[in-house]
Amino acid sequence: MTRTALSVKNLRVAFGKRKTQIVRGVSFDIATGSTMVLLGESGSGKSVTAKAIMRLHDSTTSVSGDIHLGALDLLAQKPADLGRIRGSKLAMIPQDPAASLDPLSRIGSQLAETIRRHGLAKKRADVTAISVAQLEAVGITDPTRVLRAFPHQLSGGMQQRILIALAVMSKPGLLIADEPTTALDVTVQAQVLALFKELVSTLDAGLLLVTHDVGVAREIADTVGVMYAGRMVEYGPADQVLNNPSHPYTKALLNSLPEVGMPRGSLVPIAGQPPAAASIPSGCAFAPRCAFATEVCTTEVPPTVTVGPNHTSACVLALENIEVAA
Amino acid sequence: MTAPMTVPRLGFKKFTGRRRRLSAPAKVAGGFLLLMVLVALVAPVLSPYDPIVGDATQRLLPLLSDGHILGTDGQGRDVLSRLIWGARPSLLAGIIPVIIGGGVGTVLGLVAGLGSARVNSIVMRILDVFYAFPAVMLAIAISAALGPGISNAILALSLVNIPPVARVAETEVLRIKDAAFMETARLSGASWFSIAFRQALPAAGPGILVFCTGLIGLSIVYAAGLGFLGLGLTPPTAEWGLMVNELRQYTFSAPIVALVPAVLILIVSIACNALGDGLRDRMDVRMEARA
Amino acid sequence: MSATPVLAGYDLVKKFGNGHTAVDGVTLEVFSGETVGVVGESGCGKSTTARLMLRLIEPTDGRVTLTGTDITKLPARALRKVRTRAQLVPQNPQTSFNSRLTMRTSLEFHLRANGTARNEWGDRISTVMKQVGLSGAHENSYPHEMSGGQLQRAAIARALVTDPEVIVCDEAVSALDKSVQAQVLNVLHEIQQQTGVAYLFISHDLTVVEHMSDRIAVMRAGKVVEQTTPYDLWNNPQHPYTQTLLASVPGLHRAGG
Repeated sequence: MTRTALSVKNLRVAFGKRKTQIVRGVSFDIATGSTMVLLGESGSGKSVTAKAIMRLHDSTTSVSGDIHLGALDLLAQKPADLGRIRGSKLAMIPQDPAASLDPLSRIGSQLAETIRRHGLAKKRADVTAISVAQLEAVGITDPTRVLRAFPHQLSGGMQQRILIALAVMSKPGLLIADEPTTALDVTVQAQVLALFKELVSTLDAGLLLVTHDVGVAREIADTVGVMYAGRMVEYGPADQVLNNPSHPYTKALLNSLPEVGMPRGSLVPIAGQPPAAASIPSGCAFAPRCAFATEVCTTEVPPTVTVGPNHTSACVLALENIEVAA
Repeated sequence: MTAPMTVPRLGFKKFTGRRRRLSAPAKVAGGFLLLMVLVALVAPVLSPYDPIVGDATQRLLPLLSDGHILGTDGQGRDVLSRLIWGARPSLLAGIIPVIIGGGVGTVLGLVAGLGSARVNSIVMRILDVFYAFPAVMLAIAISAALGPGISNAILALSLVNIPPVARVAETEVLRIKDAAFMETARLSGASWFSIAFRQALPAAGPGILVFCTGLIGLSIVYAAGLGFLGLGLTPPTAEWGLMVNELRQYTFSAPIVALVPAVLILIVSIACNALGDGLRDRMDVRMEARA
Repeated sequence: MSATPVLAGYDLVKKFGNGHTAVDGVTLEVFSGETVGVVGESGCGKSTTARLMLRLIEPTDGRVTLTGTDITKLPARALRKVRTRAQLVPQNPQTSFNSRLTMRTSLEFHLRANGTARNEWGDRISTVMKQVGLSGAHENSYPHEMSGGQLQRAAIARALVTDPEVIVCDEAVSALDKSVQAQVLNVLHEIQQQTGVAYLFISHDLTVVEHMSDRIAVMRAGKVVEQTTPYDLWNNPQHPYTQTLLASVPGLHRAGG
């Protein structure tokens, strides 16, 4: 039976004294055993969303809305409790593995530390046994060698696998991965994505994966949320959003990617650039760049319209049921 | 952490819509130094009394005396007038050695930074020899060898400034040496000089400049020190270091008056450092990595 | 296609001081007006090969020719004269320009080094800026005032300003957002149509390389393991590594639209 691993409602994140809104009302659900991809370009607010869910921000950032991890209200937790929740019920896999591993400790000690902290084992022999098992579970074929190594002696892909091993050690209900494969070679990326798929299924966990790579979304997503300027402009089953997009931004984004066999010079870029957080235009943030923008788009915030089963698009045109030409 | 993609270059201005300003302390410091320069320029007009000829009946008047706000020295000369007239040699002795030493040091830094490992070794090791001596000692030794007079003092201080500037310059140049824009510059077929002075220098320049503003304060102190020791300028010239020397004997009889020139040297030195810090902060915005 | 390649490297070898062999016997030829793509993962030696061919670093062994002239051992002075025939668009937009110079100053630097007459500079700069789709206002901009896409287009303009025969694009679009990537790729194509310039297009992204290239070289561990055409790369990959690469492109087998 699938349950909801994560439920986010109307999440808003603002930075600094001036309360610059970075995330402006984002809602989505992730079921256990499924993967949701937050897709967007730089500045879309996708990473900030992921970090806000992890409550990984400083005191100058204000987070409001509703974040429920299963039955647990994450925004109501005290910092001390959050520390326990992170790493046990909720785990994050960051973008740069090298920066997240202690360069001065051997892998074995780093794994041991986490194992002991989660109370999974106390005696040395047990700790080692669990470490070996964890490394094998993430596809490392020579765990004893890896346990004795320092991070810099290992490849990026290996480091990422270790971070994944650390993350899943406590069998969390939700995994959050922020651009986990961006720094990796494409062959390694393929292996890591396959690993994610396997883990999501064996742990029956939810996975929230943040990326700018549409290919990665195609490969791994069950649901896709497309973000632009802090809002989720389209949200729905991966197959629908990626193959039958409704929102003009999603369409434009997909159209701008080179596909096999396309003649050169025929790519359709999106004119202009995404707005800076401090200067988002009123109404629909995408309107200045949208080929289908009308006057109402610049004055009114677009409503979230249901365009299919579990599929929404934040566009006024969807409301009027106008078929937006591809 | 962001993906390795391009965030639209969020310079400070674009992000907040405000232009980066020099910090308040730096502005105050800059204003003060400007004032000192103006004072030096209009000394003849500004100075209430003759700085050289004193009235023996008015010796060692304390601060806030009638007609002598900062008192008089051992020979009855008005301290304020001597400070005003002293601004010229003192500031010159502070600024010119930094300009000369800074110029030569920068060129050496460019040569060492852009050159081969061998060239770098040769230049930097020679500089290390001079760097091994404390600057004050070096200044004294060179100045004593050259003889008295302000131009010799300036020459000595210029030489003393070369090694530290060269070191900073070499570090700054090495920092940008392998940057992508240097690669494309090399591909343009430009000569070494062109690359050094039109690409490397603008890129490394701000760091060197900031370091040099700090040196100005130091140079003024050294020049005053040389004057204090009887090298460089000689009495009865009004110069801040000389004034410290002359008033030294009255430390116990008229302590406050004796301290006045020393305090001024201290304030100018602090102002130079504050200005240098402010310049560095202001320039850093441009060189900031992604937002 | 003329018989003489505009840029070529023969049996190039590069061994670094620490014993690492980055390039191990690579032969690549770029002919006038064509785009040769080089694809491979990190450490395969593709960037090093490009730098060898531009003689930005010295080959341990092998030959490099530029518009037919052997430049492998050319002395510095003579090399400087012919260098502008081949130019480079680097990967990182932020560091590829001197942050203290305006776009115009940066471009003028190249024109001056090339020996172009000073009174021609203004025209030449506005021509290339227009070609890449940047407005005249950008000539006065500093790098930190421009977006990544604009900077890359400016980098292309800088590469073009001396009218080279070949431009090496070293991961030129890898640091850009995907929608901006499209813009820059289109610009590259247009310019090739207009000027007939050749490209050596280096990238780790197979889809982009397939899109841009007339011929593709696949590199691994310092060697070229396969030279092929885009069509054959996709439909007929010969070498096992090429096949692995293809299989690794995310989302390909799920692609529906």
